[in-house]
Order: sequence, then C-alpha cells, then structure tokens
Amino acid sequence: MLLAAILILGVGTYTMRLGGIVLRDRLTLSPAWQRLLPMAAAALLAALAGTAALMSGSSFAGLARPTGVAVGALLAWRRAPFVVVVVAAAAVAALLRLAGVD
Amino acid sequence: MRTIQRTHPFDRRQIRDAAAIAAAMVAVGASFGAIAIAYGVPTWVPFLMSTVVFAGGAQFLAVGLIAAGNPIAAVLAGLLLNARHLPFGLAIGSTMGTGWRRIVGSHLMTDEVVAFTLAEDDPARRRRTYWLMGLTLFTSWNVGTLLGVLLGSAVGDYEALGLDAAFPAGLIALILPSLRDRATRVVALTGTAIAVAATPVLPAGLPVLCALLGLLTLVRFGRRHREA
Repeated sequence: MLLAAILILGVGTYTMRLGGIVLRDRLTLSPAWQRLLPMAAAALLAALAGTAALMSGSSFAGLARPTGVAVGALLAWRRAPFVVVVVAAAAVAALLRLAGVD
Repeated sequence: MRTIQRTHPFDRRQIRDAAAIAAAMVAVGASFGAIAIAYGVPTWVPFLMSTVVFAGGAQFLAVGLIAAGNPIAAVLAGLLLNARHLPFGLAIGSTMGTGWRRIVGSHLMTDEVVAFTLAEDDPARRRRTYWLMGLTLFTSWNVGTLLGVLLGSAVGDYEALGLDAAFPAGLIALILPSLRDRATRVVALTGTAIAVAATPVLPAGLPVLCALLGLLTLVRFGRRHREA
C-alpha cells in the first residue's frame, strides 16, 4: 500500500511534467498564446514565492521569514547577484530567529 | 572536436548560482530525510520519494499524511500540489531536448529549474541551464535526503538556518526580470494576491493554481488597448 502510494504519486507527477511538455510540442500556438504561457508560468512562480514567503500551512508565517524574503527581494530589485539574494534572505531570517523574533 | 567553442558551456555566475541552490537543497533535503525518519516511516520511503517523486513540497506533505496512516490522501494532496508542473511544461516545452532527453529531462523539472530556465533567452543557454540546474538539484536533494536519514535530528531544523526564506527570495530574483513587462507584472501580482488570499481556505496546491486567474487581467488590458 505504502509502496503503491509513492509509486502512483511519482508516476502521476511525472505524467504531469511530461504531459505539459509533450502537449506544447503538439500544439501550434498563435503568437498570443506563446506570449501567454510564460506569463502563466511567471504567475505560478510568483504565487509560489508569495505563499511560501507569507504563509505557513494555512496561517501567517510570522515575521522572520517574510522579512528575510523582503530583504532578498529588495536586493534582487537592486540587481544584486542571485547568491547574495539567497544568502541575505536566509541570514536575515536566521538572525531574527536567533534574536527571538519569529 | 571540429568546432571551436566560443563561449564556455557554463559561466561562473551559473556555476555559483547552482552551487548556492545545491547547498540549500542539501540542507532542506536533509530536513526531509530527518523528518521522515522522525515520523517513523520505513527507511526506504524517503529515498523512494526523493528519487521517484522529486518534488520537495509534495514530499513533505505526503510523508506527513503517510505517517498519519492516510496514503490515499497523501497521493491526492501530492498530485494536487504537483499539478502546476503541467502549465510549467506548457511554458518551457522541449527545452531539455527531444527523444530520451525529454523522457529523462522531464523528471528533473522543478519550480527552481523552470525559473532558472525561463530567466534565459537564448535557446542553447536555456537547454544548458535546464540540465545544469535539474541535475544539480536532483543530486543535492538526494544527497540531502541521505544525510537526513543517516544523521536524523542532528542535521537540525532548516528554518533555524533561514532556508525557508531563501527559496522564495531566490524565486523572486529569478522572475524579477520578466516582471519588468507591465502586463506580466499585473498578471503575476494579481495571481499572487489571489493565491495568498486563498491559502487559508483551500487545500495545499489549489491556491497556487488559482494564481492563473491573474491572466484574466489581460482581458481588461486587451479591451483598453482596443479602446485606445
């Protein structure tokens, strides 16, 4: 049962991964759709970042994580390198927690 | 070896970015392995999940539900959470190549890989980025899982390291250039607002998919364009 559950989840996830790619190759997309799809991906990635930054489960994530992400986002906006963004976000969140702010 | 390579396959920036994300993935993967063992599931479960499912969010969710004795819920919740890979595939297409490259490469698709890939414009660079990031993340995630299983609670809590802030910040850094386009920005921010608002009321996975409703703002845009 346990093995079957993991395999079904794995195969299902793989099917969705491959499915979108294959579908894209089979379709002849108008320029409007070709513009729409990267926008859809950007919206999904932004929503992932937004929900992961602000929410923990179904409630608010507290202070440390959103503050860390905000510092990282600010640095990214100022065109700081990716590594700097990621390390700064983690460092701010970790230091806030160390100081007792969560 | 008849062609002279004008550009190095990967520049320093890409290697550095890959190393940073790999380090973070090892730590989060270790948390996953440690949590799985702490839940008391058999040792092979985290390994099988990290290789066969290879999707962090779904793995954390599913292992919790499996430990709670509800494998059917684990499958359904995991699939719902991973449904975003379908629109991701539609957006990137056969970036990774065709034939066996597509069969194998599809499995390496994650949020971060998609974000890194879409941040590149040149098709050849896109392909290299997809494989570099995909293989780096798959390796580091599985190494992390192994460390977590072996070391258990000794690997500590990744939230104490602030890594829960690192991943959203990294995603923001990667999508920021695409947000310079006004229409994309409105779509993405509207979608994000909808997703965050929906998170307390909808099951995991659905809120992020609701972000696609942000595309409806284009209807308004289109109309304004026609009126102008």
